[in-house]
Amino acid sequence: MTALLAAISSDADIMVAQNIFFGVIAAVMIVSALRVVTSANIVHAALWLVVVLAGVAAQFILLGAEFVAVTQVLVYIGAVVVLFLFGVMLTRASLGEDESVAKEKRSLAVAVGVLLFAVMATALIDTWSDDRIVIDEPQRVAEVSDSIFSQYIVPFEAVSVLLLAALIGAIVVARKD
Amino acid sequence: MLLNQFLLLAAALFCIGVYGVLVRKNAILVLMSVELILNAVNINLVAFGSLTDDVGGEVFALFTIAVAAAEVGIGLAIVLLMYRNRRSIDLSEADLMKG
Amino acid sequence: MNSLLATALPFVTEGPSEVSSVTNDASWFLENAWIIPLLPAVSFLLILFFGKRMPKKGAEFGIAAVGIAFVLAVLTGFSWLDHRDNFDGPLAESPSVTADDGHHDDDADHSDDVDHSDEADHSDEEALGVAVIDQDGTSSSDTVVLTVEAEGEGGGEHAYVAVQKSTQWLQSGGIEFNAGILVDGLSVMMLFVVTLISLLVHIYSTDYVSGDRRYTHYFAFLSLFTASMLFFVLSDNILQMIVGWELVGVCSFALIGHWWEEKPNSDAALKAFLTNRVGDVGLLVGMITLFFAAGGGQTFDTLAINNAINQGTVGHTALVVAAAALMAAVMSKSGQFILHTWLPDAMAGPTPVSALIHAATMVVAGIYMVARLYPVFFEGMQIGGSSINLLSTVGAITLVFAGLLAFVQTDIKKVLAYSTVSQLGYMAMALGVGAWTAAVFHLFTHAFFKANLFLGSGSVAHAVHSFDMKKSMGGMKKFMPRTYITFIIGSIALAGLPPLAGFWSKDEILVGTGGWGLFGGTGGNGAYTFHLLMGMVGAALTAAYMTRCIYLTFHGEYRGNDAHDDDHAHADDDDAHAHHGDPHESGPRILWPLYILSGFSILVGFLNLPKGLTGVPDSWQLRFEHFIEPAGASYFPAIAHGAPSWSLAIVSTAIALAGIGGAYWYYFVKVDGLAKQTGQHLTELPNGFVTTNKLARTGHKVLVEKYYLDHLYTGVIAGFTKGPLARATYWVNQNIIDGFINTTGETAVKVGRGVYDKIDQGVIEGVVNGSGKVSDATGEELRHINTGKVQNYAAILFAGAAVLAGAFIIALAL
Repeated sequence: MTALLAAISSDADIMVAQNIFFGVIAAVMIVSALRVVTSANIVHAALWLVVVLAGVAAQFILLGAEFVAVTQVLVYIGAVVVLFLFGVMLTRASLGEDESVAKEKRSLAVAVGVLLFAVMATALIDTWSDDRIVIDEPQRVAEVSDSIFSQYIVPFEAVSVLLLAALIGAIVVARKD
Repeated sequence: MLLNQFLLLAAALFCIGVYGVLVRKNAILVLMSVELILNAVNINLVAFGSLTDDVGGEVFALFTIAVAAAEVGIGLAIVLLMYRNRRSIDLSEADLMKG
Repeated sequence: MNSLLATALPFVTEGPSEVSSVTNDASWFLENAWIIPLLPAVSFLLILFFGKRMPKKGAEFGIAAVGIAFVLAVLTGFSWLDHRDNFDGPLAESPSVTADDGHHDDDADHSDDVDHSDEADHSDEEALGVAVIDQDGTSSSDTVVLTVEAEGEGGGEHAYVAVQKSTQWLQSGGIEFNAGILVDGLSVMMLFVVTLISLLVHIYSTDYVSGDRRYTHYFAFLSLFTASMLFFVLSDNILQMIVGWELVGVCSFALIGHWWEEKPNSDAALKAFLTNRVGDVGLLVGMITLFFAAGGGQTFDTLAINNAINQGTVGHTALVVAAAALMAAVMSKSGQFILHTWLPDAMAGPTPVSALIHAATMVVAGIYMVARLYPVFFEGMQIGGSSINLLSTVGAITLVFAGLLAFVQTDIKKVLAYSTVSQLGYMAMALGVGAWTAAVFHLFTHAFFKANLFLGSGSVAHAVHSFDMKKSMGGMKKFMPRTYITFIIGSIALAGLPPLAGFWSKDEILVGTGGWGLFGGTGGNGAYTFHLLMGMVGAALTAAYMTRCIYLTFHGEYRGNDAHDDDHAHADDDDAHAHHGDPHESGPRILWPLYILSGFSILVGFLNLPKGLTGVPDSWQLRFEHFIEPAGASYFPAIAHGAPSWSLAIVSTAIALAGIGGAYWYYFVKVDGLAKQTGQHLTELPNGFVTTNKLARTGHKVLVEKYYLDHLYTGVIAGFTKGPLARATYWVNQNIIDGFINTTGETAVKVGRGVYDKIDQGVIEGVVNGSGKVSDATGEELRHINTGKVQNYAAILFAGAAVLAGAFIIALAL
């Protein structure tokens, strides 16, 4: 046992701490995600979604992707969830119980989900069983921006056009004629 | 940290999202489930980016976030339109594609 | 950028020596021409943000910006005149990409194609000067060798050196994207034309659209359009050209649909936009082809591409593809036959816009593009030494067919629109037969007299509140004498009677066809006899339909008070002076632009007096050609020039006069006489040719229906897509897919029954029944899958994906 510990380098504590954090956050995320897809109250579902999204942001920080984490919080929690709540408000979707899904349908969905997970888990464990992520230092924002504006300039422009199209499209679709 | 722990977490989120898409009747809840799926993808992108120490993973995660924002905008516009036309956003009632 | 390329890429040793005709060290105005498009662009933003709050609602920004731009353009023009004759500064390294010698190996013998033996003597004469730069030229003037080998006339002609200034915009994937300006005679000329006409249109518009609902918006788009067009003509690389091209398209869309509340207007805008999209696909394909074939996949630089083609290092097949694809773009943007249908409809926009965009500037973008990338067409279409090619033929057909259409129009602007199409056909034909200068010169003169005519028609329409010549006009001569005079001048210029502008440029085009063997007038790039013929026919048609237009508009009796009060055909303005009494002459802000344009229509023809014209000093001859045509420049093909002849000039004038005479006899003598006799308002003879002769009636019908092209596009092509094709798809869905699911079970049952009845009942009865039942049940089940509920489909989709992925994993594991 001691040999094993020694084998792990001096930053073992950090690794352990990271793994503990990961475990806790992951558990919270899974539970919250399940609540998102099962909660009968649509506003509650949106709030659970906030928890999941915050968890994803935390995972990004663990992975050293601080800029993505910040963007995640700003865009998802700041904008997307608010948009969802607006949608709920505008469509006057029933705020209370509304889910009375047929058992048959639910079981089909559970089967599909479990099957998918089984396939993916098998593939993942089979392929990436011993790859480790070592985070020395977080990815610098400058690097990210440099690479967006040089190597990935074309997808960047494509995304900007997409956003414009979505903007116009949303207006065209939703406006009252 | 193992790479796999992130990938498995993402897979779990993805499957939960798929489940949500399949069972939810309310269109807005379906859109929320789609967000779960997209976030799962993002975790994968960033994890692989960290593994190879390549900034590309993060860049594409950012792109995904932008695309997701666009998707929510359009999606909610469609939901609004649907509500306006049918006074309901219950997907189980939307069966015009029935053959 | 040039130096970057030069250091990054070793010069190739094979092929002709590196010849460059470009400098980036010239006088201030030439180097800073980018300010000219910038001004209206700034004005666009100013109008957009502050226009509504200004005392003149934003018009002042536009006029000021375009006015300054015009002054700068004139100064740039003078700098160019000086530069053309006196420049002896350092040349830049050629931006051509020659290091990539791998991509044209497939066409090693191409240089033979380029060499047109029958014009070799010409090109020797024309070689005014060739600037050669040292192979290892590390810039600075001492490494530059200027060899000026001028033989023949003038003695000691200066080399033609274009000015290029560019800066790196961005770099991606190892390719530099530059933004810059290219100033040579062609672009300087365009700067002058665009800014002058834009300025006049701005002034005209302050009266014409005064009180309009979207006055500010209108001026904003005028500014944006001016900026885009200037940006387009100054661009030094094909990428920038595409941007400018699309920008003018957008502005055109916005301005055609200026009064979008009325359905026909917004339809016309959409039609213009969509028709142009068809051509834009060609533009993109052509430009991409050029980028890879001639730019070596490394540069978008126009000059580099042209240089590479001129050096014969580009495969002929690639050039054919590029030229054909770019042809599509020219056909849509410059309204060449079969894609011209949008241009007459575009007259739904305000008249000043028609003058600016759909006559003088934007529609010549296609012509300009051909002129700018001329080597592509010259080599790709093999213009030299041939007697027919796509470009010239499309132009020739356009010019006659559109001229015919102009006869049956009742809307004065549509007459002018078809006339524009026809004249653009002239330009395309001229480029197609190798008469580059004639085409550009016609572009130049046409801009003035067509803008003059359009603004004149607007002036008339402003007075009578309609564009319908037959219903609302007639006899306008006595109400609007000044407009009448200017309109007559424009018409004569357009009809090509000497000595007005149109005569000189049209005659040059006819000379350029080289098809005239009589009395010594020969030369040119080939024997384009057919095109000469079409040009002659076009000249007669032009003269005739303009006579008709003048009669219907200005002569005869005023028909405006007849029977129309709701005939605001285009509801040109909401101003107060509606119909009361007779129409009256327009105000000074409308008339002055007309005077100025008439002056230009009379005078600009003298800029390019033909060589050898007796009684004219040599230094006055071919001034336009001398300053505009990049003869001898490395980026311009060696084209031959036809020799003008008196006989041709006299014949073409006689033909034009015959056209006028014919129309005069019909309208001024017969129709007018009959009208006076009967006291009726007549616009055509009641028992004329068209009504009595069956063939003529059919022809008339075809013309009225515009050769049925619109029927072809909307009825046949679009109709097929949304009619039979959609129905077929639906049928497949209904009968085959659903039917498959539904009948799977039933068929199985039937088959089972058949087997049961005919073959064996005892032994396999159970099996047969069972299989039938299973199939039946399967079909029944499968039918239920098709519920129309998205989520069910999604569930099946995901399950299917999971199963397939699982199968894949298992297969890999095995």
